[in-house]
Amino acid sequence: MSDTSLRAWLLADAPASRAQARAAAWYAGWLKLRGNTLAMAGLVVLVLLILAALLAPLLATQDPFVQDLGARLKPPGWEGHIFGTDSLGRDIWSRIVYGARISLYIVALVALVAPLLGLIIGTVAGYMGGIIDVALMRFTDIFLAFPRLILALAFVAALGAGIENAVLAISLTAWPPYARIARAETLTIRNSDFIHAIKLQGAGPLRIITRHVWPLCISSLVIRVTLDMAGIILTAAGLGFLGLGAQPPSPEWGAMVSEGRKYILDYWWVATIPGLAIFTISLAFNLLGDGLRDVLDPKEAGQ
Amino acid sequence: MSAIEIRDLSVYFGEGAEQMRAVKSANFTVAEGESFGLVGESGSGKSTVLRAIAGLVDSWTGEMSVLGTPLGRKRAPAFFKQVQMVFQDPYASLHPRHTVDRVLGEVLKLHGFSDIDARIDRLLDDVGLGKGFRFRYPHQLSGGQRQRVAIARALAPEPRIVLLDEPTSALDVSVQAEILNLLSDLRAERGLTYLMVSHDLGVIGHMCDRIAVMQHGEIVELLDVEKMRALQAEHAYTRHLLDSSIRSVREIS
Repeated sequence: MSDTSLRAWLLADAPASRAQARAAAWYAGWLKLRGNTLAMAGLVVLVLLILAALLAPLLATQDPFVQDLGARLKPPGWEGHIFGTDSLGRDIWSRIVYGARISLYIVALVALVAPLLGLIIGTVAGYMGGIIDVALMRFTDIFLAFPRLILALAFVAALGAGIENAVLAISLTAWPPYARIARAETLTIRNSDFIHAIKLQGAGPLRIITRHVWPLCISSLVIRVTLDMAGIILTAAGLGFLGLGAQPPSPEWGAMVSEGRKYILDYWWVATIPGLAIFTISLAFNLLGDGLRDVLDPKEAGQ
Repeated sequence: MSAIEIRDLSVYFGEGAEQMRAVKSANFTVAEGESFGLVGESGSGKSTVLRAIAGLVDSWTGEMSVLGTPLGRKRAPAFFKQVQMVFQDPYASLHPRHTVDRVLGEVLKLHGFSDIDARIDRLLDDVGLGKGFRFRYPHQLSGGQRQRVAIARALAPEPRIVLLDEPTSALDVSVQAEILNLLSDLRAERGLTYLMVSHDLGVIGHMCDRIAVMQHGEIVELLDVEKMRALQAEHAYTRHLLDSSIRSVREIS
């Protein structure tokens, strides 16, 4: 199929199959996103990050764990070290590239656990109402009251320091806002005529929640997750910085900033380069989140 | 056996001191194959009667029965195969993220039909849409087309009774006539019973055999459409309604 006929197929006024209708809906969203320059910039950065994580062994100029005490704290550009070396003579560029894997791992784990938990609890509370709503929302309030770092400390104390426990702690404290968003959305959806209509076809609560309420909640959750990603990366970096997250010698960006802190006045790049990496990724997620809001917001869709 | 029988139906909203009786001791019977109209101003409780029958409101007292079966608080699955409803606003009654195909397919699946593909095409033909609309999203349809999809959805389980909640009031005048004709044709073809709510006496006069006039939650008068056309209403409020309706027609023409 040539380019023009593919475009015509995607923009067809009367799609001829389920697959075409779905592809066309995605394509329309993509066209809208593409029009937003800043969101596209964010998307490009994130795609580059994913590529860097996937191709880390090819992109890294050195093993990120190999120490060379003779070449410690060398400035960027010194003898093939693009970003210089850290206090143990490890190549910072290679560590940044491998660190992308860890950042993505954290993002993926949190993005899987927290919004899903929030979605289930929020929609069930919102749809069922009554005593179930009260019970689930007070349960949510309890979790909302947990301070994130303190809970992470507790997890680390109980289960040992490590990236998984940090992620677990972040996820367990990150879901309540999603539950509240999902509940608020559900409350506006549950009295609409299309929900009444499917009730009149004899559909049960499980079908209504998963097939009819979820598709309308997911877009606002995706937006919120994307905007929260920056915060999640920063929290993970913060935990790394405090020594509660990724443990040395793992090239986690927060831990790298923490290591470079001691030398920041004389050897600025050791802390600044991973700091810039965190900043760039956080900014990219925020830009993309704003763009997605324009594309996905159900209140604007179809107008 | 009557299609719908309503005895002493009252519907309440709210609780305690703020409780409000939206419908007060309504009584009426709709015969099988009949088209019955409920007329009144907005807020007179006419839509609430429909919602109570459909099971969307459960704070009611009195007796209701459909095709001889008394109705309780919960509706049995068999009820939804006999009674369906078309909502007022076609912009709100279709899921914004579901294609026409998915809307109709899900309904047919819920009612246990097996030849779903063929049935969807036939339903779309029946409501005058055709296969070209099958994979469109609601935002790709006009108001009239959406209402046709909503009618197709209501007809999918092959019901015997259709509740129509002002099915044309959200549409342009030219489209209104098309939808009303479609509804009349479908009734003639399938021998359906209609219970239709409207504030538009013209629509009711066109569609219904008998009407009930509602005011402040009470049914004030039951009369035949011939009597209504001859302006032989007995209750003062009905005469007032007829009068204002005639005057508005004169003002337009």
